[in-house]
Amino acid sequence: MQPDRHEVQVSVNGSAYRREVESRMLLSDFLRHELLLAGTHVGCEHGVCGACTVLLDGEPIRSCLMLAVQANGHELSTIEGLAQDTGELHPIQQAMHAHHGLQCGYCTPGILMTMMAFLRENPAPSEQEVREALSGNLCRCTGYQNIVDAMLVAAKAMRASVP
Amino acid sequence: MKPAPFKYIKASSVAHALSLKAEYGDDGRFLAGGQSLIPALNFRLARPAVLIDINGLAELEACDCLEGGRLRLGALTRYRTLERNGDLLRACPLFADALPHIAHPQIRNRGTVGGNLSHADPASELPAVTVAMRARMRVKSEAGERELDAADFFVGLLTTDLRPDEMLIDVTLPVQKPRSGGCFLEVARRRGDFALAGCAAVITLDDGSRCTDVRLALCGVGETPVDASGAAAALIGEKGSDKLIDAVATDVQRGIAPAGNVHASPDYQRHLAGVLSARALRKALQRVAHAA
Ligand SMILES: Cc1cc2nc3c(=O)[nH]c(=O)nc-3n(C[C@H](O)[C@H](O)[C@H](O)COP(=O)(O)OP(=O)(O)OC[C@H]3O[C@@H](n4cnc5c(N)ncnc54)[C@H](O)[C@@H]3O)c2cc1C
Ligand code: FES
Ligand code: FES
Repeated sequence: MQPDRHEVQVSVNGSAYRREVESRMLLSDFLRHELLLAGTHVGCEHGVCGACTVLLDGEPIRSCLMLAVQANGHELSTIEGLAQDTGELHPIQQAMHAHHGLQCGYCTPGILMTMMAFLRENPAPSEQEVREALSGNLCRCTGYQNIVDAMLVAAKAMRASVP
Repeated sequence: MKPAPFKYIKASSVAHALSLKAEYGDDGRFLAGGQSLIPALNFRLARPAVLIDINGLAELEACDCLEGGRLRLGALTRYRTLERNGDLLRACPLFADALPHIAHPQIRNRGTVGGNLSHADPASELPAVTVAMRARMRVKSEAGERELDAADFFVGLLTTDLRPDEMLIDVTLPVQKPRSGGCFLEVARRRGDFALAGCAAVITLDDGSRCTDVRLALCGVGETPVDASGAAAALIGEKGSDKLIDAVATDVQRGIAPAGNVHASPDYQRHLAGVLSARALRKALQRVAHAA
């Protein structure tokens, strides 16, 4: 069978990309292997761990459960887009750093992309709401408490930075 | 690459998707939210020759009120869209209860009502909800269209009455009648996991607080959603006393044959089904009182 190839045009963190890929290529592999944006991690590849979470048109999704061809014409945001070009960290990243919200860091990109969308929709969450929002992201290192602390602090910082 | 090779075709209309399905039959699969199909492709449990992408077909995204107090949800309605639709959640409290139990927010952003029902996972919440609500499914092929009751749509483990050339177009729900209350409850090991057992209850009372109609359906305890309304019918004509509700729960337990899984023995699932049935019925009754 001839490989079934399709052109994919996407915007990732504001930059336009165009590639031709096989239809069976997952969006997660497309980001990592075609666009060399390896900040998006891959854990389980069946939707359970959340490591591969990215934003599709602003909404968090599993990039391992979407085909790259399906992203054609859409806007994606990944972990690479969070820090400033100068290297200055986003408040959500600063809070993770300050509160020891990561150890190995494998789960971190997925958690931050999930929480970016969550805090936009719910800028002043309760601890319980943060835990609920984190429920789709597994972390094997931290025991979650430091992540929850970091997110409550990040929420405050992000509220303060909105004029 | 994880999935085996396939040919990907983005359907330009429902008619186009149906003609492709007529051509490829069981070798072709519709791709909706992909939240069950893509895991199956990644594991190579499914190896379809052709994927027919139905995302973006506006004809399948309609979500509107019909005359006669009914609500129509297009097959491509995403869970998240429903979660944000306050009117719908007020009209269908069972949906409001059930939606947050389905997977995680990231998965609810993609997963669709039609994909969920067509996948027919017996542990899934929505098949039980549609059976409890007496929903109607509208399915279509190039040859024509038909409508069937939710109870007839689910025919076996991961199996529906859909023929190889048919698509689920939409599902119609009656909005809740006056003096009615509904409740969905489940037990899962962790937030977002599939339920070990779940229960959807809807109850309607007359002005004297006697039950005129009751519906009860369970998920996770059989090969299809289990309609336990027969057991609950003991409530009809009665005021739902604790004693009567407990008797219904015992009857529900007697009527099911759960298979068990790594997380729960059949006995534990049967236990859960009874406890959840009683709690869901009580909560539904409370909600009628509250609404009145
Ligand atoms: C980690 C994880 C946890 C989950 N937990 C839950 C849970 O707790 N409860 C739950 O209910 N679900 C759960 N799911 C599954 C999820 O709800 C899926 O979204 C749903 O089962 C399938 O819907 P979909 O739109 O993603 O369909 P798809 O995956 O695209 O399709 C599923 C099947 O239906 C067919 N199909 C799709 N649309 C149609 C149509 N209109 N007509 C005919 N056939 C069609 C497809 O060909 C395919 O065979 C979970 C999934 C994951 C990855
Ligand atoms: S790699 Fe996508 S959810 Fe685990
Ligand atoms: S920091 Fe190691 S998995 Fe989360």
